[in-house]
Amino acid sequence: MARDNSIHAEGLVREFKKGPRAVDGIDLHVSPGEIYGFLGPNGAGKSTTVHMLTTLLPPTAGTARVGGYDVVREGPKVRSVIGAALQEAALDPFLTARDHLRLQGALHGLPRAERKRRGQELLERVGLTLAADRKVKGYSGGMKRRLDLALALVHRPSILFLDEPTTGLDPQSRSALWGEVGRLAKSDGVTVFLTTQYLEEADILADRVGIIASGRLVAEGTPAELKAEIGSPSVEAIPTEAGDRPALAQTLERFGGSVEGPRGGVAVRLDHGHDLADVVRALDAEGLQVDNLHLHAPTLDDVFLAKTGHRLEGAAEEPEAVAS
Amino acid sequence: MTAALVQATYLTRRALDRAIRQPGHIFFALVFPMVFLFVVSGGLDRAAHLPGFPADSFLAFALAIPFVHGGLFVAINAAVELGRDIETGFLNRLALTPARSVPLVLGHLLAAAALGVGQALVYLGVGTLAGVRLESGLLGVPVILALAALASLAFGSLGTAIALRTGNSESVQGLFPVFFVALFLSSMVMPRHLIEADWFRAIATLNPVSYLIEGLRSLVIAGWDGQALALAFGCGTALVAAALAASAAAFGERMTRT
Repeated sequence: MARDNSIHAEGLVREFKKGPRAVDGIDLHVSPGEIYGFLGPNGAGKSTTVHMLTTLLPPTAGTARVGGYDVVREGPKVRSVIGAALQEAALDPFLTARDHLRLQGALHGLPRAERKRRGQELLERVGLTLAADRKVKGYSGGMKRRLDLALALVHRPSILFLDEPTTGLDPQSRSALWGEVGRLAKSDGVTVFLTTQYLEEADILADRVGIIASGRLVAEGTPAELKAEIGSPSVEAIPTEAGDRPALAQTLERFGGSVEGPRGGVAVRLDHGHDLADVVRALDAEGLQVDNLHLHAPTLDDVFLAKTGHRLEGAAEEPEAVAS
Repeated sequence: MTAALVQATYLTRRALDRAIRQPGHIFFALVFPMVFLFVVSGGLDRAAHLPGFPADSFLAFALAIPFVHGGLFVAINAAVELGRDIETGFLNRLALTPARSVPLVLGHLLAAAALGVGQALVYLGVGTLAGVRLESGLLGVPVILALAALASLAFGSLGTAIALRTGNSESVQGLFPVFFVALFLSSMVMPRHLIEADWFRAIATLNPVSYLIEGLRSLVIAGWDGQALALAFGCGTALVAAALAASAAAFGERMTRT
C-alpha cells in the first residue's frame, strides 16, 4: 500500500490553562510532496500547531492525521513517519555531530551498520563531514541548523516539520538550507511543513502558504494566488517639494485608489488598464517633480495586511504559549 | 536486546560522554568528598577513643561517607543535566523518536550510578592506601559498589523528579543544600547510639541516609552484618522506588506526547 504522506487537520484547537487560545480552529490539508509554508508573526500559533501535529501536545479539540495516522490515538506511528526540527536547534553542546546521529539512529531502531552508513551519508548531505567529530558547542548557527536537519532525516521520514528553520541564520546559510529543503521535496518526495515569519522564505520555498494570525488561518493558497487576491501593483511617490503632496495625491488618484504610502509620500493601487508609464506622463504634464517613484508589486506582506489589518514585518505579538 | 534496552544503553552512553567531557563536574564530585573525609577524620580522630565507638580508627569509620557523598554529587549533576535537556528542548527531540518514556529518564540515572561506582572504586583505593582494612574482604567490594550505585540512584531519582516537576536546572541545583543537610542529619559522623542530642538521634534514626551509610560502614569496619545490609538495601530500594514513582508522575505531566 502506498504511503500516505499528507497532513490533514480539522478544527484544531489548543487552549492553555489560564492562557490564550493559542490555536483557534485550524483546518488545513498538505498534499504529499508539497512544501507548505505556515506564515505568521511570533505568537500567532505556528509552533503550537507544529507541536500538535508532531504529537508533542494533544489538541484541546479537533482532529489531525499525519501520514494517515491520528495524532492523538496513534502517536508512536505518527512519530515513526515524521522528522522534525523544532525552533532553536536542540543539540547537546558536548556531543559531536556523529554522536548525535548515532544516538538518533539508535533511538529510531536502525541497525548498527545502517546507522553508521546513514550517519555518514547525512553528514555529507548537509556538508558537515569535516566537522563531524567536533563538539557542537563550537558550531556556528548555520552548522547547528544543518545538523538539526540531518537528525530529522535519520530514519528517512516521509513528512518533515521545520519550525522556523532559518531564524537567526545569515543569508548564505539560509539560502543553503532552502536549497536542501527544496531538494528533499522535489527529489525525495518528502512533504514539508515549514513555519516561518519570513515573507521571502514562504514566497521562495513554499508551494502553498497558510497565513496564521492570532491562532486562526486567515488565508491560504499559492503565493501567486494570494498576491493576485490583492490585485494590481501600487505606485508610490514622494514629492521633491513637500508642499506638492496634495497635488501629487490628486494626480495619482486618477489612476487608482489611495493606499498606505511611504512617509511624506503618496501611494495608489493602480486600476486595471493603467501602468507606471501613464503615471509618469501625468506627473510630467502637471509639472510635478518627485524624488522617488516606485512600482510596488503585491507581496505576501500586503496579503497579510489585507487579511489582518497590520503588517507582518515588525509585527510583535504576545509570546507564544507552548508547553515546555 | 529489546528496543527499550538499546534506547537506555545509548542514552546512558550519551549521559556518560557528556559527563566525561565536562571534567570539572567529575573532578569536584570525586575530590570534594575525599577532602571532606580527610578533614572530618582528622578533626574527629579522637572520637574513636569514645567508649562504645565501633571502630579502631575514625578514618575507617568515616570511609562510608564519600560513597554516599560522592553519589550525591553525581546524582545532582545528573538531575541538573535532565533539567537542561528540558530547558533546551533536547528532551523534546528525544520524545519525537520512538523511544519509550522509561529509557528517556533512565539514561541520566544509570550514568549517575555508573559514575558513582567509578568514584567508589577510587575511594576504596584511597582508603586502602591510607591504611583502612576492609573487614568484609574482597567479597565486600562488589557489595559496597552496589550500595554506592544505589545511593546515586536514590538521590538521582529524587533529583529527577524535581527536574521533571519544575523543568529547570536551577531548581535542581537548589536541592543540593537540602540533600547535604539530610546527609548531616544522619549517622554520618557519629554512630547513632553515641549521638547525645535526642532530637538529632531521632532524626538520624528516621533518616534513610543513616541506613545507607551504616550498611556501607558495616562492610568496612564490621565484616558481614546481615541486618545492616538488609536495612541499607531495603531503604535504598524503597527510596529509589518512591522517587521513580514521583518521577514517572512528573514525566507524565511534563511530556504530554500522545
